[in-house]
Amino acid sequence: MSTRIPLPYSPKVLEIFRNPKNLGPLEDATIVESAGSPACGDMIRLYLKIVNIDGQDIVERATFESYGCAANIAAASILTEMIKGKRVEDAWRISWKMLSDELGGLPPIKYHCSILAVGALKRGVRAYYKKIGKHPEWLPKDLTIEEKQVFEEEEMMERYYKSMKALGEVR
Amino acid sequence: MSRKVKELLESHGTPQKEIYFDLENSGFIPDEVVEAMMPYFNKKGFGHPSITHRIGWESLEIVYETKELIAKTLGIRNPENIVFTHSGTEANNLAILGFLLKNRDKGKGKKVVVSAIEHLSVIFPARFASELFGFKVVLVPVDREGFVDPEMLKYYIDKDTILVSIQTVNHEIGTIQKIKDLIDIVKSANPNAVFHTDAADAYSWIPIDVEKLNIDMLTISGHKVHGPRGVGALYVKEGVELESPLKGQLSVEKLWPGVENVPLIAGFKKAVEIMFSNFNYRVNYVKNLRDKLMKGILDRVPEVLVNGPVGGMRVDNNANMSFLRVEGEALTVELSLHGIYVSSGSACSSRVLEPSHVLLAIGRKHEEAHGSILFKLSHYHREEDIDYTLDVIPKAVERLRKISAWR
Repeated sequence: MSTRIPLPYSPKVLEIFRNPKNLGPLEDATIVESAGSPACGDMIRLYLKIVNIDGQDIVERATFESYGCAANIAAASILTEMIKGKRVEDAWRISWKMLSDELGGLPPIKYHCSILAVGALKRGVRAYYKKIGKHPEWLPKDLTIEEKQVFEEEEMMERYYKSMKALGEVR
Repeated sequence: MSRKVKELLESHGTPQKEIYFDLENSGFIPDEVVEAMMPYFNKKGFGHPSITHRIGWESLEIVYETKELIAKTLGIRNPENIVFTHSGTEANNLAILGFLLKNRDKGKGKKVVVSAIEHLSVIFPARFASELFGFKVVLVPVDREGFVDPEMLKYYIDKDTILVSIQTVNHEIGTIQKIKDLIDIVKSANPNAVFHTDAADAYSWIPIDVEKLNIDMLTISGHKVHGPRGVGALYVKEGVELESPLKGQLSVEKLWPGVENVPLIAGFKKAVEIMFSNFNYRVNYVKNLRDKLMKGILDRVPEVLVNGPVGGMRVDNNANMSFLRVEGEALTVELSLHGIYVSSGSACSSRVLEPSHVLLAIGRKHEEAHGSILFKLSHYHREEDIDYTLDVIPKAVERLRKISAWR
């Protein structure tokens, strides 16, 4: 098989992998956003129900679907818990590092799981404000590190398949 | 470091029933093999096999006995043409790097031809030698089942080809190459080209006659025959010259310095004895279990692809399948929680985040390779192990598919 690496997951990753929370589509989601792709080997789809209470945008509920490794599933699950009930602005401020720490510290080779989950969330937040036609001051115009990384991963795969198609290597 | 793993193991718990299918990566060692090794740790033959005293000679005796047995099982006339290394990886390194080191002056302009699905311990040393000395390394493509087409191979062999390495049986997808045809093609295109085959996954599963096949170098590995890890062997035909990439004090082996690991060699011998004592019966027994496992999975789980050939050209202990919409590493963890131990060719279980090069070489898309699971069976498995596995797998796959974002 491929070159291997030891992966001592934290007990927390294993526990959440066993019993993920907030699983599956959310019927009345305001926003559905995903990051990654099957070809990349991991993909997270977030369903966000965002409501406005007294002029504040609040994540009322979040659910997820994840195609990926155990850490990927755990990262998506714990993120939905972290953002539940939070102001959207506060949810936005969650970084991949904070999520990784929340999981008991991911091994470096699994950082991208946390990046993917946070990347999906940030895309979702942008999509929400685009949808309602607002641009809050705190929302930066430039892509965050998580969004950039996700974009690069997806783009790399697309380029790979484009070149393989050109070579006739792929159906 | 260890605290984290300890916590992980505590959180995992020990499942009531446990079935180990990860014989590709490492295997348990049967009691008889352990018993055969034990005396050589402290009772006898714990000496250095090339020092002149009684305990050294006891040690030398078992080294020679093991070579003689291996020679017999592979149709090798002269057991002295077998070199012990400390793993299959080392044996492949000795073959590839050792040969290219010896021929390093030829460097530029000479060609090394290996199949695209070789073990990394063949591909990496070939690339390494090419970086050092300028050899050209050519990867021969395989078809969708992993076969090297003999007619196509012909076009890759020319007067500049000095070394060809093609596995007898692939370690991941179980493809049994038409090795005789491949050797004949190589030898007729260029009689001077040396042919190495990594037979670690063929040994004790299909009959091999080294002299009849005209093989120049052949690798086997202890743990692939239920022997211990830490011992491998390379057959080197007379006249094929190597320079060892390892340097140090020589012992029995002129090509692999360092003291031979005699207890493990004793274990290797016992393991080979067991595997060859009832060859046909054992292989057939395992084949039936493997067929039951593969058919059972295909009957019970939708959206499954078989990786590698089906039928007589697939080695009888190998089952490799891709479960679509499920990521393989997650599935290995899920199955582990149920006491079923397997490995995956997914990127997520790898150091470089690239899926198995073997699966990509047979034309699997990334997402198909990511969901692959490899089972290796042996005569230590029982029918009820397969029943239990077939009971667990559909549920495990279904749970992860419910979570999956890939619809």
